[in-house]
Amino acid sequence: MDLVTPSIGLVFWTTVCFAILIFILGKYAWKPILGAISEREKSIESALSMAEAAKEEMQRLTNENDELLKQARIERDLILKEARQMKDMIVNEAKDSAQKEGARMIELARVEIENQKAIAMADVKNQVATLSIEIAEKVLRKQFEDQKKQDALVADLLKEVKLK
Amino acid sequence: MASGTILKSKIFNILLICAFFLLAAPFSKSASAEEGAKDPKEVAKEAILEHIGDSHSWPVLGKTTIGLPVILYSDKGFDIFSSKQIEHEGSVYTGANYSYKLEGNKVKVVDAGGKVDEAATKKVWDFSITRNVISLFLSCAILLLVFLSVSSAYKKRANRAPKGLQSFMEPLIVFIRDDVAIPNMGYKYTRFMPLLLTIFFFILINNLLGIVPFFPGGYNLTGNIAVTGTLAVIILFVVNLNGNKYYWKHIFSPNPWWLFPIMIPVEIVSIFSKPIALMIRLFANMTAGHIVALSLISLIFIFGTLWISPVSVGFVVFMDCIEVLIAFLQAYIFTLLSALFIGMAIMEHH
Repeated sequence: MDLVTPSIGLVFWTTVCFAILIFILGKYAWKPILGAISEREKSIESALSMAEAAKEEMQRLTNENDELLKQARIERDLILKEARQMKDMIVNEAKDSAQKEGARMIELARVEIENQKAIAMADVKNQVATLSIEIAEKVLRKQFEDQKKQDALVADLLKEVKLK
Repeated sequence: MASGTILKSKIFNILLICAFFLLAAPFSKSASAEEGAKDPKEVAKEAILEHIGDSHSWPVLGKTTIGLPVILYSDKGFDIFSSKQIEHEGSVYTGANYSYKLEGNKVKVVDAGGKVDEAATKKVWDFSITRNVISLFLSCAILLLVFLSVSSAYKKRANRAPKGLQSFMEPLIVFIRDDVAIPNMGYKYTRFMPLLLTIFFFILINNLLGIVPFFPGGYNLTGNIAVTGTLAVIILFVVNLNGNKYYWKHIFSPNPWWLFPIMIPVEIVSIFSKPIALMIRLFANMTAGHIVALSLISLIFIFGTLWISPVSVGFVVFMDCIEVLIAFLQAYIFTLLSALFIGMAIMEHH
């Protein structure tokens, strides 16, 4: 029955050794080890959650970028459309004003031509009148160079006056 | 052809002798040829009991032993001498207080006539550094060395992945924390972590060293009732000193009241039966493993032929594999049940 009879020596030494073990390991091994493990677990945890947050932030930024891009595209289309309208308007206006100007200039030219024509006509009339008078004068001069003819004429004239 | 077989059998024999030597070094002394006259079964039994028990001498190789200090405390004071003095059968050492001789593994007081004086022997307390105490020191030194270096690795490599020995120990430590301490003790577990970790690794290292058949192993420390008993008593104290009012209420005022006469004695017995179960479980498991392994080796001597040795060695290898499993399992069970008992004592509500 030696086997199941605890010997006092071994009990004593076990107690001493175990106490020393628990003291030294507890202070210099278990505490720092457990502390380091939980520290690392925490840091891994926080790193993971930070990565998750960064991913979300990234997603948000990407969405924002897409939104901005979409808006920019719409704006660009709008600007292009406006520019096209503006161009059409300007071209049309230019056309209109050119037409109007042309018409006005034609009108002016016409009036000028009319005026010039009238002036020319008046001039022609005056010359014709002058020429006629000169011709008549010359004819009269020729007629009255002969005395008899003057006399005949006066007689004619007198005849006519008598009749009346 | 014939010489070939002889050569082979020689090599085989040498291998076997080596294997045997490694496995059975502690008891080769008793099993040696000079005792061939005795019944081999008796020799084997003695050898096995000698191995699983404790001893005042430290067998190094074969019959060579190293003397260990014998420390005896009696009513007259200390007597300290080397175990070499009383190693041989019948040799008597006369110390300052009494004369001593070794009977079995026990140091006995002898009177002037050379007779064992039982009355005086009872007064002598044996604090000797025995073989098991040496292995106890050794395992403590290994534990300190391993875990202090692991601890410094944590300091050096803060917040980085574990490496080397550290990465081997970390899963065990985290396992004890997450699967043993926290489920059984809840949020109060931190206080008891040093105890649980120390118990787990103390039992584990000694179980494993017990399997190794040569230095630094080859002892049966966790299969010694004094060691398991000490651990159990530590658990007994820890459980009951930490027991809260719910724990004591559960023991001393069972519900309904008329169960008092039955339940109170039952509960009081249960306070002691839990650590006793811890003590016996570890002791029996480890001792049984050693007895089986040594019995298988002893078959060689009982059958008196080397040809049985392949069977023995094969079975011993198989047993050793199981023993490695048991070494982990028993360390785990002891720690788990300790955590469970402490958890029951500190639980807030039932």
